[in-house]
Amino acid sequence: MTRYFTDEHEWIDVEDGIATVGITEYAQGQLGDIVFVELPETGALIEQGKDAAVVESVKAASDVYAPITGEITEVNPALEDDPALVNSAPEDDGWFFKMTIADEGELDGLMDEDGYQAFIEAL
Amino acid sequence: MRIPAKAGASGWLALYLNEVPAFAGTRNGNLKMRYLPLTDTDRTAMLAKIGAASVDDLFVDVPAVARLDGPISDLPMHASEMAVERHMQKLAAKNMVAGEVPFFLGAGAYRHHVPASVDAIIQRGEFLTAYTPYQPEIAQGTLQMLFEFQTQVARLYGCVVANASMYDGSTACWEAVAMATRVTRRSRAVLSGALHPHYAGVVRTMAKFTGDTIADALPAIQPEPDLEGLIARIDDDTACVVVQYPDILGRISDLAPVAEAAHARGALLVVVNTEPVALGACKSPGEMGADIVVGEGQSLGVGLQFGGPYLGLFAVRDPKHVRQMPGRLCGETQDAEGKRGFVLTLSTREQHIRREKATSNICTNSGLCALAFSVHMTLLGEAGLRQLAAENHRLACLAADRLARVPGVRVLNSAFFNEFTLILEGKPAREIVRDLADRSVLGGVSLGRLYGGIAALEHALLVAVTETTTEEDIERLACELEEAIK
Repeated sequence: MTRYFTDEHEWIDVEDGIATVGITEYAQGQLGDIVFVELPETGALIEQGKDAAVVESVKAASDVYAPITGEITEVNPALEDDPALVNSAPEDDGWFFKMTIADEGELDGLMDEDGYQAFIEAL
Repeated sequence: MRIPAKAGASGWLALYLNEVPAFAGTRNGNLKMRYLPLTDTDRTAMLAKIGAASVDDLFVDVPAVARLDGPISDLPMHASEMAVERHMQKLAAKNMVAGEVPFFLGAGAYRHHVPASVDAIIQRGEFLTAYTPYQPEIAQGTLQMLFEFQTQVARLYGCVVANASMYDGSTACWEAVAMATRVTRRSRAVLSGALHPHYAGVVRTMAKFTGDTIADALPAIQPEPDLEGLIARIDDDTACVVVQYPDILGRISDLAPVAEAAHARGALLVVVNTEPVALGACKSPGEMGADIVVGEGQSLGVGLQFGGPYLGLFAVRDPKHVRQMPGRLCGETQDAEGKRGFVLTLSTREQHIRREKATSNICTNSGLCALAFSVHMTLLGEAGLRQLAAENHRLACLAADRLARVPGVRVLNSAFFNEFTLILEGKPAREIVRDLADRSVLGGVSLGRLYGGIAALEHALLVAVTETTTEEDIERLACELEEAIK
């Protein structure tokens, strides 16, 4: 399994041609207590960089973008009742959705773990 | 995702500071211009910045023929206060005042008795002069009032959550359609033919800009609304069905079958109510399965006042739809000492935070009208509202029975609350309304006025009766109508 990161603070795990997407530990820390997550519809086709979900904290509402182009295959049902999972386990149980990978090439433009760490340290 | 630049406290502070009006004329101590925010220097600097020589340059896109060159011709010069008063009184005397003649107009705006105490309470300075007083630290009174208002609206509509009000019934109706398109991710709305044509007009106007499809229809002139025909128009692309209750012809029917049919297709049922007093006697829209209930609140506390300002009501039945609601929501909470308090809540849906992705561009509410509604409702209480509704219906039944005895007149409705439709033989209803007005009776609203140029509707007259109608008024209308229809 390979984990990628975007400069919009999403992480993507790729396994068997399916990408699992969430927001990073850094992002949840910046947002504060998360109270609601609006997830996309299963079956929706979303292009790289387009709105895929909305995350609402006590401070603000922010869009989550699709890190790559693909079709949504599954959304995390646990977030409906327990959006705080995004705070407690952002890069694990707090995942947002899974999607197909339309173009493997798009992954090349993303960062790896070290690259992302360097990126947020420079912010 | 994008992390907002000002997610911290400074962002909120800036937000509130933005609402503080800049006091005019204090800069440069320019007393001559003290009510205007700009000095000549400001204006020159701004024009220089955008590369315009004068303010007139900004209007070059307006064709010269459409521009006013000099003063308005024939506009009289100013006159003394007494002369102006005399002139205005003369103009006012041309009006036929609702309270001075037998009055049967309705069609979405109703003349009810508003207790004098409503006005006395809403004119308290704390309520009357405060603009957007939403900071919980200093505005508990207003916030509590809005919370109570929301509770009253939610109970009246048979819903779980109501917002702090919208502009009026028609805009609330559009907001319900827009909300249904967000919830269902579909873009087609089916409007009942018996939805108020002005409400349908607002929906069509707004849909022009959003690109949503609006399937509307004309009302069928028959004793019962054509719910089967309405249900047949629902398809798998339908976001919502919009039904008025009581409808534009005053008819009342059980909407549960429409709710069932809409839900079976994955669509929402939007119920529109233009006469909240009716819900003191009729089953609430929420109980019949409506998902969104909207309406006009003018009947309670507000008065006719030439058509506005009015009061939009908006509520939802299912708590899971709350985040898609438009407008302000007031919530109950506890302060740092554990005491009950009130705040605005779920504001992340709103324009000042979500910007172009907000659920609506409404970021305000009809606060004073909502207060008047709430005070009137409180004075009535639940038992009082039921009594008021019963009295409206009793008088409306008297009127319908009496008017049905006028030759050439029949009552269309098989059921009604305080408004019903008469079918008049012979002349179009519009002419008869004018004739009645010449006889100092405001006899109703003709469908010909609401739907111009449609022959099938021009013999129908809407007659509204409220607790302000007397039995003498009814007799007078019956007698004058008998003459007018000849």
